[in-house]
Amino acid sequence: MSRRPGGAGPLRPGWAGPLGLYRPGGSAVHRASAGVKLVTLVLGAVAAVVLPGLPAALALLTAAVAVHLLARLAWRRTLRDLVVVLVTSAVLGAYQWWARGPVRAAEVVADLVALVLLATVVTSTTRSDALLDVVARVVRPLRRVGVRPESVTFAIALLLRSVPVLLGLAVQAREAARARGLERDPRAVVVPAAVRMVGHARATAEALAARGLGDEAP
Amino acid sequence: MIAFDEALVTAYSPDPAGGPDRVVRLLGPVTLRLAEHRVAVVGANGSGKSTLARLVNGLVLASSGTVTVDGLDAARDGAQVRRRVGFVFSDPDAQLVMPTPVEDVGLSLRRTGLPAAQRDAAARRVLDRFGLGERADVPVHALSGGQRQLLALATVLATDPAVLVCDEPTTLLDLHWRTVVDGLLAGLEQQVVIVTHDLEAALRADRVLVVEDGRVVADDEPAPAVAYYRTLMAERVAATARPVAP
Repeated sequence: MSRRPGGAGPLRPGWAGPLGLYRPGGSAVHRASAGVKLVTLVLGAVAAVVLPGLPAALALLTAAVAVHLLARLAWRRTLRDLVVVLVTSAVLGAYQWWARGPVRAAEVVADLVALVLLATVVTSTTRSDALLDVVARVVRPLRRVGVRPESVTFAIALLLRSVPVLLGLAVQAREAARARGLERDPRAVVVPAAVRMVGHARATAEALAARGLGDEAP
Repeated sequence: MIAFDEALVTAYSPDPAGGPDRVVRLLGPVTLRLAEHRVAVVGANGSGKSTLARLVNGLVLASSGTVTVDGLDAARDGAQVRRRVGFVFSDPDAQLVMPTPVEDVGLSLRRTGLPAAQRDAAARRVLDRFGLGERADVPVHALSGGQRQLLALATVLATDPAVLVCDEPTTLLDLHWRTVVDGLLAGLEQQVVIVTHDLEAALRADRVLVVEDGRVVADDEPAPAVAYYRTLMAERVAATARPVAP
């Protein structure tokens, strides 16, 4: 949790990651199946690659914004979730402008923001377990080469869940270093944060085993 | 019935002198029959009590001897044992792997083979039972520590295990949530094995085991076992207490 800028006011949850978590709703996008939404996302990514040029990129961005409007999601929350992506896009755009000109920069930024926005709409309107069901169906053929679909789906679930936890551990390490007057020593932050993250990973693995989630289905 | 028969846990430890790894005893040999409704395990940090608890559902395997639950061997029939034995840890953050409570309980229910819609409805019923129904769709990281521990319990009890093992489930909780979780554990029909530093909770059990240096040094009714543990710890403090240098 972090305090609002300015010091006063209620606490708000910390930044949870670049992809929004599920936000309940009754829009057409919410009601669409997870498979359809994932296929749409993949098609958007393919379009970004095979359709070069600024008009195509702007069309993709417009489509992403339209889908977001159709999903009736709050822009404020979406922009907060995407703040890191937007900053990264700005840096990337500046580099592209310098290296390849303003048109190419606008195209790259539009493609990137459009795809991340589409991905955010998918994760914000689809429960994780519905997404995992689709992933499990898609990777099922890999069982023939020894890959367990359950392991793939758990890995994705853990990835989504771990972002806020690992951020919390990093913040705790930074605060501990600050309390000892070592905030200018990167080792005092990086080393304990890394050790605690490894510890968290081990504890999570043990907890998964305890829940029988690594065992074969009955 | 949980049965330990000469269960011994060992591990390799590096030799400080640079020689080959040494084999050190972490726990045992332990021979016990646990049939009471509520069994508490107390002991100092590093005494081996968590290792004892982890033996019950095969998270730790005995180097020799056996541990069985209702006749199922925790080493040989690990998957079946884990379906009978739920396990709750101190830190719910390590245990909760899905973004929202309803999804995490749903993950536990996957093994039931229910279709997604029925699984979702069942998960919501479980959350209602634990007083978390209104928080079913909020991000797990937005729950309080107590709510997260309650959710961890819900995810484990959703599959209705015959035995619940809790490794210091209230250590990270404030008084309010400790009372809530203790009350919930006290009302369970399941057999409960609870590892705890909370001696008041231990006194409410039917049987208390005291673990020290990898051995069960007392196994008795709560009052005499807890009294023995208090004496043991007082002796240890007296033997190690040193004035703190200014």
